[in-house]
Order: sequence, then C-alpha cells, then structure tokens
Amino acid sequence: MPETIIQVDNLIKQFPVGKGFFTALDNICLRIESGEFAGLIGPSGSGKTTLLNILGSLDSPSSGEALVLNKSIGKLGAKEAADLRKEAIGFIFQTYNLLPVHTVYENVEFPLLLLKRTKKERNLQVEEALEWVGLQSKRNSRPNELSGGESQRVAIARAMVKRPKLVLADEPTANLDAKNSFHVLDTMKELNERLGVTFLFATHDDKVIQYLRRIIELNDGQIARDYTPEKNIQS
Amino acid sequence: MKLAIYIAFKNLLGAGLRTWINVLVLSFSFVAIIWIKGIMLGWDHQAKSQLIEWEIGHGQYWHTNYDPNDSFTWDDSHASPSDTLINAIREGRYAAIFVAQGVIYPEGRMVPVCLKGINTTQQVLKLPTSFLIREENIQSSAIPVMMGAYMANACQLKEGDQFLVRWRDMDGVFDAREMELVKVFATPVPTVDAGQIWLDCSRLQNMMGLNNEITLLSIPSYESNELLFSNEFQFKSIEFLLSDIEKMVQMKSKGQSVFYLVLLVLAMLAIFDTQVLSVFKRRREIGTYIALGYTRSEVVRLFTIEGGVYALLASALALVYGYPFLLWQYRNGFKMPVDVAEFGIAGSNHIYPLFSLALILGTFLLIAFTTLLVSYLPARKIAALNPAETLKGRLS
Repeated sequence: MPETIIQVDNLIKQFPVGKGFFTALDNICLRIESGEFAGLIGPSGSGKTTLLNILGSLDSPSSGEALVLNKSIGKLGAKEAADLRKEAIGFIFQTYNLLPVHTVYENVEFPLLLLKRTKKERNLQVEEALEWVGLQSKRNSRPNELSGGESQRVAIARAMVKRPKLVLADEPTANLDAKNSFHVLDTMKELNERLGVTFLFATHDDKVIQYLRRIIELNDGQIARDYTPEKNIQS
Repeated sequence: MKLAIYIAFKNLLGAGLRTWINVLVLSFSFVAIIWIKGIMLGWDHQAKSQLIEWEIGHGQYWHTNYDPNDSFTWDDSHASPSDTLINAIREGRYAAIFVAQGVIYPEGRMVPVCLKGINTTQQVLKLPTSFLIREENIQSSAIPVMMGAYMANACQLKEGDQFLVRWRDMDGVFDAREMELVKVFATPVPTVDAGQIWLDCSRLQNMMGLNNEITLLSIPSYESNELLFSNEFQFKSIEFLLSDIEKMVQMKSKGQSVFYLVLLVLAMLAIFDTQVLSVFKRRREIGTYIALGYTRSEVVRLFTIEGGVYALLASALALVYGYPFLLWQYRNGFKMPVDVAEFGIAGSNHIYPLFSLALILGTFLLIAFTTLLVSYLPARKIAALNPAETLKGRLS
C-alpha cells in the first residue's frame, strides 16, 4: 500500500494586505501518495506556489493542517522544519538557484555536506546524481558556464542526490526552451520511475502538464479539479 | 561550525575581486594601526630614554626652592652638599648642576639664557662635558662653554665664536665676561638645548660667589643612600621627571587614535557595505540555503563567519606585506617629516617604532571583533527575510 507523503486538510493561507487579508489558499484538502508524479496547475495567483512553499516548510499555514511525511508543517519549529527540508525534501526552482561560487560538483554535493555524509559517500552519490542527469563532464564548471537546461539538470541532481522522499518543483521549465524542457522532464520522469521519488510540480506550462499523471487544478486558492489525465506522455 | 567555516571560505574565495579588495583595505588598516601605534610606542620609549640619557639620569635631587619653570626661584635654589658627596661629584659619579640666569650678547643681540654649570667629570649624562675643560696651554680669558645645535643656530653662533655674558652674582651685583663656544652638540632633548649655556660648574660657582653650591643633582641609579645630604634637597623620582613627556605622548596618542579609528571605520564601512549588498545581491542564494536545510540563525552565523574570515584573510595578507614592512621600520626607523624639537618634545627625528605582541594581538582582536559586528548586523536583516520570497530574488 503506498505511503501517504502529503496530507492537507482544510488548509487556509492568508496574507495581510493593508488592514485586511488576502486569502491565497482557501480550504484546501489534498492527499499525495508516494511515487506520484503530480502537478498543481492554474493561472498566476491561483495559489500553486503558496501551497508548494507550505508543503516545503518554507511557509506556514494560517489555519488547517498540512502533514508532510507525517509532520505537521504549522507545528514545526525552525530547526525541525530545516531538518525536514534537509533530509526529505528536494527543491527545483524556476531560476535554478544554484550557488554561484560553487562548481557543479559542489552544488550537487552541498545537501550531502549538510547531512554530514562522509567524503567517500558524498563522492559516490554526487557521481551517481551527475550520471542521472548526464552532466559528469561538467562537474568542474561554474553555474555561469552552463546553459539553462544544464543548470536545471544540476538543480535536479542537487534535489535528488540525497534520495529525498519528495521533490517540489516550482515552474521548473519556465526559463527553458522546448528542447531543454523535454530533456529535463524526461530526466525527472525517469528518476520518478527508477527511484520511486514523489514529484509535485507547480506549473502552468503545457509541456509539464503532458507528463503529469495527476493534475490538481487550482483556481482562486481552491481546488477546482483533481484528476488523472486520460492521456499523457507517460501513458 | 566546521561546515559553516568551509562554506564561508568557499563563498569569499569564490567571490573573487570583491573579496580581495575588502581584504586589502582591511589588511591596510591592520598594518597602519599597528604601525601608527608602534611609532607612538617607539617615540614614547625613545623620548624617555633620551631624557634619561641627556637630562635626568635615574632620578634627581632638587633644591627645595627650585622650580625649573620659574627662573625667579633660581637665585635661592642652591645649597652645599656634604663633603662625601662633593668627592663623589668630583669623581664624576653624579652630575651636579648649578642653575643661574644670565644674558648673552651674540652679534650685538641680547638673549636671556639659563646658565648651567655642570661638573666636567660627570659620567651620568650624555652631555659632552669634557669639552669644557680648558687645556692649560690655551691662553684665553674667555670662559669655555657649550650649547646645543638648536640654540647655536638661534643665536647664529658657531664653535670658536666669542660673546659677552652678563649675570648677577649672589650680592646682586652685575658682572660680565667673555665666553667662548668650544662645543656645539647635537641632542634630541630640547630641554638641554634651547635657551641654555653649559659651562664648568666650578666656574659658574665662582662667577656667582657660591663655591661648592649646587641646584640639583642627577644620579646614575636608584641607589642613593649617600645622597641623604640635607633637608634642603628633595628627591624627584624618574616617574615624576618623565610625567610631562608621558602626558605629551598620551595626548599625541589620542590624536593618532582618531586617525586610526577613521581608518578602521573606513575598512568596516567597506565590509558593512559588502555585507549589506549581499542582502540584496545574494538574497536568492540565502533562500536556497534555507531551502536546502539551513535555519535562519544558521544563515546569520554563515554571514557572520564570512566577516570573521575577512579578518583572517586580512591578517594573513597583512602578514605577507606588513611583516617585512614593520620589520624594516623596526630596524631602520621612521624619519619624522618635521623637526620634533620644534614641538618641545624630546625625541630623535628618526623614530624607531616598537611592536609588542600585545599591540599586534590587540589590533587583531579589535579588527576581528568589529568585522564580526558589521557582518552580524546585516546578517540579522537577512534572517528576517521571508525565504519563499527570497527564493525568487524578492525582498519582503
């Protein structure tokens, strides 16, 4: 039986605006099982990224419950939230967010340094992750020497190197051309299938949507539809 | 912590030129502060040792009425020491000085002077008193005298010149004689130079009609048992005699402190500016650290450590060029841009700086502390940023 990775019940997120509040997420209920390749889609301002940030423990809910790997995000202290991100969650961002002064190898190695893995372990895992994304030859390059597609593949390797249970990808293809987008998506799909890692996207890119096995459509902070597409690239 | 130090080093070294400019500025402050303080220490040390060598010995006995700053007291500031002491003075074990007022007329000008008689055999002070001994084969009625180069220059006199001196003896009667300048000596101590004429003590005593009387006595060491000659003389310790120069150097040190504080503030501004810029330029990176598993306090720590690494790198760089420079200064000294005697301060125009371990460590700690502080303050600002926003490169 698949493990529940994410369980969201009656989640509300509000931001103060002037004297009032703007409700970004309104009574969200959601369950994501391990191994899913799901995506939050919807127009800008629909709450996709806000939900993703809360699930990534970068933000906290105003009310309701968001359980990630059985940990209630709203109740986590700063250290516990950091530990959750460090150990179990990988992030992929639209703007890659690679550390600029580190090489490709060092960027991928970084999460393992935080986990205090030995040098030997780190070396093995980094080489493996670079192999997954096909960037062994770029291990000594700096981020400013990489193309957009290569940078995003480094970000994928960095997110995957610690074998997280959950990868949160926020608009991962928004800065990529079609060719690189498909390359990156193929890589993520392959890792999802090979390693069983759960992927949750926030996107409005049709190229990503083609790959999703589950689509959660958000509109004005509410789930408008939650469905499995009849036809996608994976089927 | 080890990881944070590693990352901080990595970040700074990876930042390239920006880091090295800051490190250079900081290291310059580091070396400049040590150098300035070293010069002050060296000046202090030199001024004191030269005063000891040229004027005060290791303490003085003053006649109770004697006030070096009030010439009206001098007429009544003399007494005769014991016979034992007179013998010791003749043997040159002490420098006995008789002080009187006079007026000289070099080149037709009138110059009030302080006449100082000193035993020519003395070995306590560096004054070249042996020049005052008139060789027997020289037939001259002029009194042999010597003066410092500053005084000779002011009076436009040179060795061999003769001039008239006028004084009042113990009975208040004016008398006058020719004097011959037999020696012009160079001294770093203006208080034995400006306005002073040195002659044989016994000659001055004769001129004044006060045989064997002296005004003050400089001693060669702290052993002064035989000097308990009478209630008419008071012992003045070396600390007392150096107190003026001590105050002068302290005052100068404060002035110099302003200069090096400005230097330090400039260096700190550079670091502060860099770290504040980091908040804006590196906000996405900060968000990434948090997304990868850093807490906010760990980010603050990382940026603070980066500041500490600046101090370390600056110290290392300062060692590279500062050590040879300071060593060269220590050996060769620093030529003062102006004649220090013009300030009335004892000290050679060539100052040899002194660098103590306490000075170097103190400066390092001062720089390290202030660097950490100016790194911590913007880092606190970082900690307040919303990571979800910083990940997108926004400031919330």
